[in-house]
Amino acid sequence: MKRVKILVLLALLLIAIVFPVLISPTTAVNDMAVYTMIYAMGVTGWNIFSGYTGYISIGHAVYFGIGAYTMALTCQAWNVPGGYLPFLLLPLAGLVACAFAVPLGFLALRVRRYAFSVTTIALMFIFQLLGYNLRGITNGSLGLYLPQPSWSSGVYDLPFYYVGLALLLLAIGVSWRVRHSKYGLGLLAIRDDEDRAFGLGVKTAAYKLSAYVISAFFVGMTGALFVYFLGTIFPQFVFDPIVDVNLTTMAFLGGLGTISGPILGALIVTPLQQWLLLQFGGSSLNLILFGSFLLVILLLLPQGIVPSVQERWASWRAHRLELARVKSLNGTKNQPALVEKREGR
Amino acid sequence: MSLLEVQQVSKAFGGIQALTSCSLSVEKGSITGLIGPNGSGKTTLFNVITGYDSVDAGDIRLGGNDITRAKPDRVFSMGIGRTFQLTRVFQRLTVLENMHVALPRKVRGLLLHWGSPHEQTRALELLDFVGLTKLKDQPAGTLSYGQKKLLEFAIILVAEPKLILLDEPAGGVNPTMINELGSRIRALNEKGITFLVVEHNMEFVMGLCKTVNVLHRGTTIASGSPDEVRLNPAVLDAYLGA
Repeated sequence: MKRVKILVLLALLLIAIVFPVLISPTTAVNDMAVYTMIYAMGVTGWNIFSGYTGYISIGHAVYFGIGAYTMALTCQAWNVPGGYLPFLLLPLAGLVACAFAVPLGFLALRVRRYAFSVTTIALMFIFQLLGYNLRGITNGSLGLYLPQPSWSSGVYDLPFYYVGLALLLLAIGVSWRVRHSKYGLGLLAIRDDEDRAFGLGVKTAAYKLSAYVISAFFVGMTGALFVYFLGTIFPQFVFDPIVDVNLTTMAFLGGLGTISGPILGALIVTPLQQWLLLQFGGSSLNLILFGSFLLVILLLLPQGIVPSVQERWASWRAHRLELARVKSLNGTKNQPALVEKREGR
Repeated sequence: MSLLEVQQVSKAFGGIQALTSCSLSVEKGSITGLIGPNGSGKTTLFNVITGYDSVDAGDIRLGGNDITRAKPDRVFSMGIGRTFQLTRVFQRLTVLENMHVALPRKVRGLLLHWGSPHEQTRALELLDFVGLTKLKDQPAGTLSYGQKKLLEFAIILVAEPKLILLDEPAGGVNPTMINELGSRIRALNEKGITFLVVEHNMEFVMGLCKTVNVLHRGTTIASGSPDEVRLNPAVLDAYLGA
């Protein structure tokens, strides 16, 4: 079973590696693939905090934006030319996001659950306003331009795609390590009953804050890679509620708190969104269709895809086992009686 | 020698005085009972001892160390484990994972896989002790009420506490299970663990405890052997009078 799992994962990785070169038909699809990779990395990072602790942050766009502006401003300040060099700034963008996440997380985490979620929304709008008004730094609503690589259009997307894939693998690695560690067990205990966990020796405040900072690191890099790919940066597109809606939607759709769920969510949501935008973007019908899609998912799979499938698989297996047990019982003595009964009906 | 010493503790919630100059001592190696009518402050006393509520005045000592202002995590690491009146287990973690939450952790080993062989053996031993081994991979939320009580008890034991506070361990548990629970508590007590038990089931308390304290309106009105307490006029008054 374990060997099958590893083989499946390797096959998926192989598909991901060859996808833009061998499978993808057009550049539009490749653009989609780049956004998907970027978001999959971001939501995996987001899930390390919000998924494991159950504290839903609807304000990680703050770190998305901070990472993005770190990228834009350092490129500008150090005259970094377009090409491979800006990719090296991604960890820096993540670290700057972390530096902001420490005090902001400390503040926001003073309140519980829903109050926390509301606080994070407020933080997001505060940073959006700062983005507009700190014109000396961000150039306000006029925005900034990032250096443009001189790669030819046929292969332009490839470096972004592979950097995104590499960072996604890093995020998965961290998420997996956390999920199976004592630290992660503490985070999950906080999700189920925070006070009880505290009373069993889990240092809840430190656990929550550290997970919050780790997730800010990945979302910060997500923002940085996103704007480098886009080429421009405006406050309303990075300190953007849509970023938060996307992250939460992906995680909830795939399965909050699982490792594979958020990635699956990103694989579904990003291409669907981009496709709807291309098809119906002119009439804004795309938003209505996307909204209906979410409603259908909520109706059919309220827990998210991965947990629902796992649950159904488990109950199907339990049912089969039980059936086999009953059958073997019947086989020894009860079978004739049972048959009779059935015919009687 | 007393292991836990509560001295003159007071605690008010707004205008309600939950504890008024309440004193109590628990002898090392004893099973001590704590009884009292509803609303007399038993759970509040548990909460201030374990750091969930802060005290307004008074002192709490564990083996001579001041724990009056200690937070729940520190009280736990100093050797006091407690269960709750309404059981609190981690619903979505498996039974075995629940056990591992309470194991002590060091910063250095935080990112290691939970459940080293040694810890795993210990957790499984304890699950066996309360008879939940078969359910170890079930989410704790699927357990019955009585099973959750047993699990909560086992979770506490995994950290090897010196003193265990039980808040109504027999509440809502069937009679056979109550006897089982009593014998488990006695067995652990023989191994040196001290117990402080809040319970409404008088038969259970009187059979288990050598010393019983009676709480009424936030203060201890009597303390002694079950027989002494039973005949104490103040106690009869508290239960039957007011």
